[in-house]
Amino acid sequence: MRVLIPSPLQSYTAGARRVTASGETLRMLLDDLDRRFPGIRFRMIDEQDNVRPHMMIYVRGERTRNLNTALADHEEVVIMQALSGG
Amino acid sequence: MSALRLLVSTRKGLFTLQSDSRRTRWTLSVPAFLGHIIQHTVADPRSATVLCSAKTGHLGPTIFRSTDGGTSWKEAERPPAFDKAADGSVGRTVAHTFWLTPGHASEPGVWWAGTSPQALWMSADDGLNWASVRGFNDHPDYALRTEDPQGGTPDGPVLHSIRIDPRDANHMYFALSGGGVWETRDHGASWSPLNQGMATVVFDPDAPPSEDQPTSLQWQPIGSDHDPHCVQIHPQWPDVMWQQNHCGIYRLERPATRWRRVGRNMPAHVGDIGFVIETHPRDPDIAWVFPMDGTDVWPRTSPDGNPAVYMTRDRGEHWSCQNSGFPSRAWFTVKRQAMAQDGQDPLGLYLGMTSGEVWCSINEGAHWSQIAAHLPEIYAVETVPV
Repeated sequence: MRVLIPSPLQSYTAGARRVTASGETLRMLLDDLDRRFPGIRFRMIDEQDNVRPHMMIYVRGERTRNLNTALADHEEVVIMQALSGG
Repeated sequence: MSALRLLVSTRKGLFTLQSDSRRTRWTLSVPAFLGHIIQHTVADPRSATVLCSAKTGHLGPTIFRSTDGGTSWKEAERPPAFDKAADGSVGRTVAHTFWLTPGHASEPGVWWAGTSPQALWMSADDGLNWASVRGFNDHPDYALRTEDPQGGTPDGPVLHSIRIDPRDANHMYFALSGGGVWETRDHGASWSPLNQGMATVVFDPDAPPSEDQPTSLQWQPIGSDHDPHCVQIHPQWPDVMWQQNHCGIYRLERPATRWRRVGRNMPAHVGDIGFVIETHPRDPDIAWVFPMDGTDVWPRTSPDGNPAVYMTRDRGEHWSCQNSGFPSRAWFTVKRQAMAQDGQDPLGLYLGMTSGEVWCSINEGAHWSQIAAHLPEIYAVETVPV
């Protein structure tokens, strides 16, 4: 399925804004994403499997922090990051 | 004398200053990792490896590695990260890696790191993978020994000043802000506090009872009231230890275990508060500090707006002001990793200010020159021979 990558993480995807990864759940998708782009998962998800503050993941247009969210083929996962701070 | 590089870690990236062989002309690089918060960048004296601890405002913490002296970088495969907690319990998460120290000369590829929350980490593969040092991080008294991650230091409590005895790879120290100084003699398997004689933020063991120090308060050997800001061991005489504490300047010669507050010999109008302390690599009696204002609400700027380094040549018995070259009025702040020496003769000293200026003395503090300005807030300065 298609995954949209925010600009702060595109150094992991060789600059690609859209990449492909697969998984039956969001957790599996993120694991696959990390296999394809090593290190990208830990920048978004901490070691307790919490989505880091200001990282936002949308599935079917809904924001989710639940890594067990089920995914269907041909869905699009959108990863975004708030740019607060200075 | 020879050329050297300064690795300048800032809140907005990593900058490099390269000198000529006389250390009088300096060239500033373009920033690496622009926009990343760089806490510490350290070159390995045993190899061409350079490690750099980084995060951004929102992305998780990581460590970048260079094996070609900083020309190219790759990310660590496993940066410091706590174990996943059992379901239903709250686990710890690394906020940032604060401190990096290359391992003992007999252990090539070994590195040590300190994080916030306070934890010690070791890499045995040149910074590629990091493992928790469980002898401290998982000790049953961990919560008593360390500071609550939600309290204390504005950017979180940190583990810092990881110092390795050059005579014995098993003998190490680190310091906790807050939490005191800790020592191991078994390569990190077990740790003991080394805080005797140190005033805490609530209790001075040398002061008589007073209204400011009621008898209900007691000195405690461990706990987050102890706040060493920077600890050094002398590279040639490693029994000599210096410490800039939240509460003053201390010196200790092992095997003694009681720190002595040599900062009481500083001029009273300057005080002995600060973050940094640096040693002379060829003379264990010499040290430098950069005092900061610890009065009122603790501005942590140069006392009375008079920036100066203070030097002792006699183990802290006397201190002399070294302010030649500094502005007569300035309110500088120097963080605990932002003073360095270059090992050359005469010794070069370097200061990085939170206002983005780098200052250099190539005559052991006798005169200071500004060698860079207008950088982001400086967190750390390290020297690298070229």
